[in-house]
Amino acid sequence: MVEVTLWGSLGALAGGKSKVEIEAKDIRELFRKLAEQYPGMEPWIDRGIAVAIDGTIYRDTWSKELPQGAEIFLLPRLAGG
Amino acid sequence: MNFDPRFAGRNFTSVGTRPIRPDGVDKVTGRARYGADFNMAGQLVGRVLRSPHAHATIRKIDTSKAEKLAGVKAVITAADLPDLTDGDAAMYDILDNCMARKKALYDGHAVAAVAAVDARTARQALKLIEVDYEVLPHVTDVDEAMKHSAPVLNDAIFTEGLEEKPAKPSNVAKRTQYGHGDVHQGFGQADFVVERSFKTEQTHQGYIEPHACVANVSSDGTADLWVCTQGHFVYRQHCAQLLGMEASKLRVTSSEIGGGFGGKTHVWAEPVALALSRKAGRPVKLVMTRDEVFRASGPTSATSIDVRIGARKDGTITAAEATLRYSCGPYAGMWAELGAMTAFACYRLENVKTVGYEVLVNRPKTAAYRAPSAPMAAFAVESAVDELAKEVGMDPVEFRIRNAAREGTRSSYGPVYGPIGIGPTLEAAKNHPHMKAPLGKNQGRGMACGFWFNFGGQTCTDLNIGMDGSVSLAVGTVDVGGSRASLSLVAAEELGIAYEHVKAVVADTSSLGYNDMTDGSRGTFSSSMATISAARNAIKILRERAAQTWDIPVEDVVWEKGHAIAKGEKYGNLAALSLKEIAAKSGTTGGPIAGHSELVADGAGVSFATHICDIEVDPETGATRVLRYTVVQDAGKAVHPTYVEGQYQGGAAQGIGWALNEEYIYGKDGRLQNPGFLDYRIPVCSDLPMIDTQILEIPNPNHPYGVRGVGETSIVPPLAAIANAVSNAAGVRMTHIPMSPPRILAAIEAERGD
Repeated sequence: MVEVTLWGSLGALAGGKSKVEIEAKDIRELFRKLAEQYPGMEPWIDRGIAVAIDGTIYRDTWSKELPQGAEIFLLPRLAGG
Repeated sequence: MNFDPRFAGRNFTSVGTRPIRPDGVDKVTGRARYGADFNMAGQLVGRVLRSPHAHATIRKIDTSKAEKLAGVKAVITAADLPDLTDGDAAMYDILDNCMARKKALYDGHAVAAVAAVDARTARQALKLIEVDYEVLPHVTDVDEAMKHSAPVLNDAIFTEGLEEKPAKPSNVAKRTQYGHGDVHQGFGQADFVVERSFKTEQTHQGYIEPHACVANVSSDGTADLWVCTQGHFVYRQHCAQLLGMEASKLRVTSSEIGGGFGGKTHVWAEPVALALSRKAGRPVKLVMTRDEVFRASGPTSATSIDVRIGARKDGTITAAEATLRYSCGPYAGMWAELGAMTAFACYRLENVKTVGYEVLVNRPKTAAYRAPSAPMAAFAVESAVDELAKEVGMDPVEFRIRNAAREGTRSSYGPVYGPIGIGPTLEAAKNHPHMKAPLGKNQGRGMACGFWFNFGGQTCTDLNIGMDGSVSLAVGTVDVGGSRASLSLVAAEELGIAYEHVKAVVADTSSLGYNDMTDGSRGTFSSSMATISAARNAIKILRERAAQTWDIPVEDVVWEKGHAIAKGEKYGNLAALSLKEIAAKSGTTGGPIAGHSELVADGAGVSFATHICDIEVDPETGATRVLRYTVVQDAGKAVHPTYVEGQYQGGAAQGIGWALNEEYIYGKDGRLQNPGFLDYRIPVCSDLPMIDTQILEIPNPNHPYGVRGVGETSIVPPLAAIANAVSNAAGVRMTHIPMSPPRILAAIEAERGD
């Protein structure tokens, strides 16, 4: 079980929660379960959500493991120049 | 990903050296081929008709007279680019920006296009196109656009991010909020509070090469596109989607690029060129004029920002908040959100709150500009931080060091930081000789910090070893700042051969797997990771071939300094085989030797920089002169230090222009008044001092060599560092960018009470 912090707009899709607990071993499973529990998040996941694991931001490596006790923070997918 | 990206400390032979750039001779002799340098037999000239109105409904477009003009081969409107975006709002905005559908949303918005046998005929044809406009009220200022009385650009926009959906549409597309703690309580603990409002004007990336392409659609539906871009694979995706093609049927070749800086990360005119070619049945070359580049391609946001920061007498910041309003052009973006995320990212704050508003205005579609949105936020925050340090009575560097974020700090955008480099850049700045150099009359010194995220992305690389032992490296990230040299160094390092034996090219979209574009400071970070992986895959084959030659198990063969070596006393008589020797025999040991890699490079790591600037202000005219400028930034590992220094200097140079001169100026009619380099003045060499650089190398734990992205962060601190220097020189706080001579003079006179 990992605790996942959501940014504001995403929290609104989870019934106003800023944190949710999910049983997930990696980012892929996290997204799948988020989409199952909060269907409104699915289009956001399709468009791209970044996952910060202990401060390091991952945008595309959905196989990245979520270590127990790690800080998991969801962020908008960033634009760059 | 079958590749371990973790940092492994090692001594380097090639990486960290400064060989001559492989593209240098062609560029200085004019042989390098940019977007406009490509030509095809029978090609037509494409030209775009643009709206003269800032905001207007398009009632009707009559192209019949233009179509009858001799020499005109195709005329298109939005009807020739039907909506195939299937609910993808971001792509629909790109489509509408390429060719206006129902409304012209800014001065310069494309409404029709022609392809003709020559430029004169094309220009004549544009004059024959009759557009029936219903001119609408417009708004170009970000604060004006937020007022209830402002004309609304899009009736379908209801502000997102509010607790309740608004009853009426508005120009505020979205509200976002970041932060933690309780700022009200934090300000209650403050002994000093600084509160200021700031504005920054809209600037263009100022790339010297205009958007340019040649499109050729064949009668069988396949197509070629030669184009200047930061991401030819992304352009292929965009064009294929907008024209209803399979991506594999469109081959996109990227030219050399004369600057992009974020402005060439999505399509502008390329779908128009393809649609013209499809209709005309001939190749079409479309090159934007400088006027079109300014009026119709991606400037950055104009902003309006309120900042409030409080600190105790001991210099500890107790609370910080900011409200950031960013213009997006006529389409929603995440520009204010990025400002809200980055504004206070340099600091260790218990109580912080930022709110961003994305604001639609009748200006061109906002595009990324090198660490998009962060420079404006840093200008506001770092100006207030400097002022607060003075209120507290602390040196501005010491004040920042005291409050700097560090490992374990909760960032202002949410996550807790791992190991980060803000502290070392501040310490390096504090100890830099620049900080101690004497200043003269009317001269001031300023410094500021900056933050940017950096990211990686999808990356694919091929490494082919020729029978003569030379190495061809095919990469898919466009070389915007010297990555071909850096990646050649990386391949040479891994293989253990000389840099001169490696030749890197940017492959077209039909020759290599998909690559994300070169943005987010990812080019060298991502493609070096893929190059290391590809080289290691090639080394595996080289070992196998040596083992086969020697008829020994491959497990007994190691790769050292460019040679296969049989390991163990029983092989004492076997002389090492060089890469060249193995390659020469490849035809009879199994065929060509190559290494391939496809991966997602993630874990780029956040980036920090500290800049120092000395400015002289003429109190009689408000004119400024940059006397000295120093950039301190962490590169993780500088693969080719000269290029890294170039990135640092380039960001600073662009920041100097942004801070002191550059500005989109709109008339009351909503038309851009200065769409050219004479009236929109970017700095030239004579405006700039030698920009000193100091590269820090704190290894990125998520890259085998410790590499971090370096391309963007260098533009974050300049606006603030220069504003602090000008404010110190002029004796008055400057709050409006650009600090052009009239603005500085007005501020000085207001302070004097003239």
